[in-house]
This record gives sequence, C-alpha cells and structure tokens, in this order.
Amino acid sequence: MPDYLKELLVTIHGLGEGFLGITLWTLVWTVIKIVILLAPVLFMVTYITLAERKIIGFMQVRYGPNRVGFWGILQPLADAVKLLFKELLLPEKADKAIFLLAPALTLVPALVAWAVIPFSPGIVLADINIGILYILAISSMGVYGIIMAGWGSNNRFSFLGGLRSAAQMVSYEVSMGFTLIPVVLLSGSLNLTDVVNAQKGMWFAIPLLPMFVIYFISVVAETNRSPFDLPEAEAELVAGFITEYSAMSSGLFFMGEYANMILVSFMGSILFLGGWLPPVPFLSFIPGIIWLGLKASMLLFVFLWIRATFPRYRYDQLMRLGWKVFLPISLAWIFITGLGVLLFGKA
Amino acid sequence: MAADLVFYFFSAITVGAALGVIVSRNQVHSVLFLILAFFNTAGLFVLLEAEFLAALLVIVYMGAVAVLFLFVVMMLNVDYEDLRKGAIQHLPMGIFVGLVLLAEFAFILSGIHVDGHQVHAQAAAQVSNTMAIGQVLYTKFLLPFEIASMILLVALIGAVVLTHRKRKGVKRQVIADQIARKREDAVELVKVAPGQGA
Repeated sequence: MPDYLKELLVTIHGLGEGFLGITLWTLVWTVIKIVILLAPVLFMVTYITLAERKIIGFMQVRYGPNRVGFWGILQPLADAVKLLFKELLLPEKADKAIFLLAPALTLVPALVAWAVIPFSPGIVLADINIGILYILAISSMGVYGIIMAGWGSNNRFSFLGGLRSAAQMVSYEVSMGFTLIPVVLLSGSLNLTDVVNAQKGMWFAIPLLPMFVIYFISVVAETNRSPFDLPEAEAELVAGFITEYSAMSSGLFFMGEYANMILVSFMGSILFLGGWLPPVPFLSFIPGIIWLGLKASMLLFVFLWIRATFPRYRYDQLMRLGWKVFLPISLAWIFITGLGVLLFGKA
Repeated sequence: MAADLVFYFFSAITVGAALGVIVSRNQVHSVLFLILAFFNTAGLFVLLEAEFLAALLVIVYMGAVAVLFLFVVMMLNVDYEDLRKGAIQHLPMGIFVGLVLLAEFAFILSGIHVDGHQVHAQAAAQVSNTMAIGQVLYTKFLLPFEIASMILLVALIGAVVLTHRKRKGVKRQVIADQIARKREDAVELVKVAPGQGA
C-alpha cells in the first residue's frame, strides 16, 4: 500500500474516533469495510447474468442480449428495474412469515461467507483461524432458504422441488467437505491465508487433481446449477421451489444462486489454484487480486460452459454420482494424502 | 462492555427461540425455532473463543441433523390437536425430568463436581483451539473417541439394515448392463423384399 494511502487511512481513523468514540467507530468502520467488500460482489452478481447470456449465446452461435445499451451492457440494470417494479404476489394459503423469510435466507449466507475470503495478503475482512470450517458452516445454512421456500409456498410442486434440492445440497456437501480435508492436511491449517501461502511451491490442484475435479463437480451440484439444476426442472416441477415467487423475491433466489457460484469459484481458486499467487514467480509484479480474479473468472466460465454443453442429470443418477462415486473416491484420497504427508511432510 | 451486550443479544434470542420450540403450534415452526436456537448457541461459543466448537455446532446440527429433522417433520402429517389431548397425564413425568435438569444446572453453576476438585477448565490460549482439541482428542481421549465413533457406525448400519428390504418386481437401473449393451442386442437390420413386408 502506498504511503499517501496509509496516511489517508490514519487521518480517517483519527477523525472517526474523534467524532464517534472508539467503540462506535469500530462498528462504523466495520460496516464501511463490509460495504467495500459487498459492493463488488453484488456488481459481479449483476454482471454474471449478462456474461452467462452472452457466453451461452456465442456458444450457440447467436448474439445474446444486445438491445439495452451498447453490446447489451445495461441489460442487468433493465432486468433489475423490471424485477423491482413487478407485483409481489403472496399466495393465499402460504405460511407468510416463512414464505417471505426464505429468499432472504438464501441470499444472506451467500454474502456472509465472503467475510473470510482473502483477496491478497492481508486484504481480508475477518482473518479467522477456522476459515474453511466457517465457509462450510455458512454454506450448510443455504439449504434452509430452499426448504422453507418449498414448504412455505404450500404447493406440492414447490415442496417436492424444495425437498429434492435440499437432499441434493446435503449429499454434495458431504463430498465437497471431504475434498477440503486433503487441502487442510497438506497446508496444516484451517486459515485460508495459510492455505494460500502453503501453495507457494506447488498449487494444490497438481497433487490433488482428482479432489479438484470432485470439488468442482460437487459445487456445481451444490449451487443447483446445470446439469444438476433438478430443483427447478421446469418440465416436471414447474420451476420447483420458485414456482410461487414473483418479482424481487424470486430475484433474490437468483442473486443467491449467482453469489454462491462466484463464491465457490473464489474458494476453488484459493484452495486449489494458489489464490493470489502468480503461476510463475516472475509474474508477481501483477497484483495478487488480479490473479485471484482471473482464476475465479476462469472457473466461472467453466460453470457457464457446462451449462451450454450438458443435458440435465436424472435424479437417481445424481444421487448415485454423489454417494457411490464421489464419496468413496474422496474418502480414499484423504487416506492417500495422509500417507503422503506422513512420508514426505507438508507442503 | 460490548462483549456483554453481544452475549445478552445471543442469549436472549436463544432463550426466546427455545421457548418458541415448545409453545408454537406448528411443528415446522418448532423445528425452525430449534435451528435458530442452535445458531445463537454457536454465537455464544464464539464469545467463549471456542470457535471450533461453534463451527462444528453449525455444520453438524444445523447442516445435517436439523435438515433431516425438518424433512421428517414436513413429510409427516400429524394432527396436533389429537396429540394434545393426552398431554395432561404425562405432566408428572415432565415435571420430574424438568426438576432433574434444574438440579443438574444448579450443580454446574455452583461449581460442585462429582470428584470435588472445584477447578474450572482452563482456556487453551497458547494454541488455536482447533489444535488444542486435536491434541487431546487423539491422545488422552482416544479410547472414548473411538468408542463413540463405533457406536455411531453401529447406529448407521442398524438404520440401513432396518430400512433395507428386498422387494420383488422393482425395476432398478443396472449401470453395468446398460453400458454392456451393444447395438447388435437392440437393433436388427432386416432386408424386406418389395411387397413381402407385413
């Protein structure tokens, strides 16, 4: 960080403490930091929708949105305005409190988890010792929004969609959790900054390649993305748990889905692709945050690419893949990694 | 000061949610209140600097146990007015259990332990508490830990054995059969002379 920025920060701190007192200022400063962190996240969430439509458009040899603004650049804003001004419908027999709480409970975990993501050395909102566990804990909460939406709508299709999705998320969380254990074994820490620093010699994607692949497929399933987008299987469940939602309440579900997608892409880059570290040391003049952004964008591109390529899985195939293929492989790999750490030492 | 406020915030919600579990008439609301109570208890653990336990509480109880709970409760269609009718005859038992719990809490709060050592647990401040737990779990408490995991395994297998049954006439997908299937098994090219075809 340049000196003049540091001086500016010190001045701001001094002014804030002078005006508000130290306790209140700490609170206000934390809120400012949260806003600085979440504004780009929400911006990405908005623009990944455009990226998705454009990229899939190009893959299917068509233009994608190109009417609103130059090259369709204002399309996400138009969509947001449309969602905001539509009518918010509340089904007569829905459980009102649960129905309205569900979209918020889907979006909030997807945003809260960003607190522990390190963007560069030292640039992290909360550098806690149990970063990986925190992410697992928070992401396990996302399922409640979906179950509550399915049940609260008081609609059979919604309920079935909600149950399906919940079963899917819980199943794939198991294999996703197991793929993280070899990473923890190799780095010897649950702190995400330590995990990145442990990859200075070699990115974990190289010794743990099968785990990286399983991690990626599991998170595709966990974020309910195509080809595992069974909860919303529009042909059989008329969009599953989102059926009864309209306007911004359904918009919140989509925001949650995209925020989760971006989050797991960043997590994948941090855990397996060396986070902010450049691929070769002489490229380190480029700031780490750009490397992390590039790696995450690459993973996000794969998300969209998969969606344009594969047909949807059948439900029993999905469960078979999660429990009978990924779980044994990732369990076995934990022991292999343990043996490797015992023989050759940590990374 | 600030920590005190946070403590009262979390504990007030925990107590409120716990009350909600037993008073709400809708069983799904009860489970959701229970989940809220779990989450706030995790917050209390964080205040005690037991962040590992807090994360485990959220992952295990909220992420797995409560989800299954919620599944079962949502799928069962229980008439709660029926259940309420006989509630009064279980009152003595309920009061007894409540008193036992109250006595236990009183013992804990007064600091009287069974062996009378009267020593409070020391916070492991030197190492992170994940490491501290790992160090005692795999050395001092290895046997109880292994026994607990065996009990869980037995319960797991028991559940599978109880629910697994063989039914006749169920069409199952056998992936190996599907992959082994060749074109010749399914399609036959027949040359039909003109006018001879059925």
